[in-house]
Amino acid sequence: MTKKNWPLWEVFVRSKNGLEHRHFGSLHAADEEMALENARDVYTRRSEGVSIWVVESKNITASNPENNGELFEPAQDKVYRHPTFYDLPDEVKHM
Amino acid sequence: MSEEQKNMEAERSLSLEAQFEARIARDEKIEPKDWMPEKYRKTHIRQMSQHAHSEIVGMLPEGNWITRAPSLRRKVALLAKVQDEAGHGLYLYSACETLGITRDELYEQLHTGKAKYSSIFNYPTVTWADMGAIGWLVDGAAIINQVPLCNTSYGPYARAMIRVCKEESFHQRQGFEIMIKLAGGSPEQKEMAQDALNRWWWPSLMMLGPTDAESVHTEQSMKWKLKRKSNDDLRQQFIDQTVPQAELIGLTIPDADLKWNEERGSYDFGDINWDEFWQVVKGHGPCNKERMNARVGAWEGGEWVRDAAMAYAEKKESRKNKKVV
Ligand SMILES: [Fe+2]
Ligand SMILES: [Fe+2]
Repeated sequence: MTKKNWPLWEVFVRSKNGLEHRHFGSLHAADEEMALENARDVYTRRSEGVSIWVVESKNITASNPENNGELFEPAQDKVYRHPTFYDLPDEVKHM
Repeated sequence: MSEEQKNMEAERSLSLEAQFEARIARDEKIEPKDWMPEKYRKTHIRQMSQHAHSEIVGMLPEGNWITRAPSLRRKVALLAKVQDEAGHGLYLYSACETLGITRDELYEQLHTGKAKYSSIFNYPTVTWADMGAIGWLVDGAAIINQVPLCNTSYGPYARAMIRVCKEESFHQRQGFEIMIKLAGGSPEQKEMAQDALNRWWWPSLMMLGPTDAESVHTEQSMKWKLKRKSNDDLRQQFIDQTVPQAELIGLTIPDADLKWNEERGSYDFGDINWDEFWQVVKGHGPCNKERMNARVGAWEGGEWVRDAAMAYAEKKESRKNKKVV
């Protein structure tokens, strides 16, 4: 029988209500319950969070930096998506 | 591959490398999936794993005193500190794994002696005052080493170091507080504190690494921001900040040549026994064997627990799947 190692999990923590969960790091655990418990001990020893998400790393699909050109560059020439693109007379206030 | 293809390939990686170095020079961070030169990857695996191993092995000398702490206040503080060190090891291992090496391979390297850890942890902790000296001096030297790494070029390493540095300052303070109390106590207590300082002073200076003249990799490490100041500069900084602290609590630095140099605005200090340093690095320190036995023993002793947890997780999963069907 080949040996099975504890899988890798990614940990996301909400530091306080009103803020989003943010990636904090990763850890190994046998299952999701243990992943949550370990995340609590490893990443929130000083009240860093009020909520934790864990997700097994293999379930994350990530974009490849080599495709950054086709993915993100098209947005760069669409300046008309920003308010500063539009000319307004100086007299107009609050817009 | 034809000759032409080979040349094209070489040219491609040359220009990739130039772009890569330029990104770092512009203070951009490198993230795990970005292209990186093989040497960058290898160097980072080596340094980050060495760092992680040091945090983990570093728990052993202090763990030795948790059950014998002289008061509840000291005990909770030491326990929390040692737990932090475990956390530091875990942040760093997982950051290191983003470079495509497994946790098992990293442990294997530590356990077989292929990977190094900080040589300071191969010294014994013989009295309670050693807990004070370690926090004050060893964590103090570690902070000096680590703070510049919060700006290092590899994103996961930099982020791990920011967390580590936030937690370190309590470590140093709890150690110094132990020293203050002992130095201000009975003559025996003061002597105990002085004795601990005598034994930890020189190893702490060595901990900041070999002198610049003997230090390899420095130039490349500076470029990649794995290092921002030379070992000798860091050592001087450590001495200059620590000497007044010792004076403040009435302890004497065990160096007859230590003298304030008005011109340099720094302390001159005596020769470091580098033979001792290299002996310890090569495995001949007072506790090298003991540390590795404890570490490997803990890993092997815990194997059945890891296996049982995995078996339980699999059983739970298969039960869940059966229900679904
Ligand atoms: Fe640490
Ligand atoms: Fe520490």
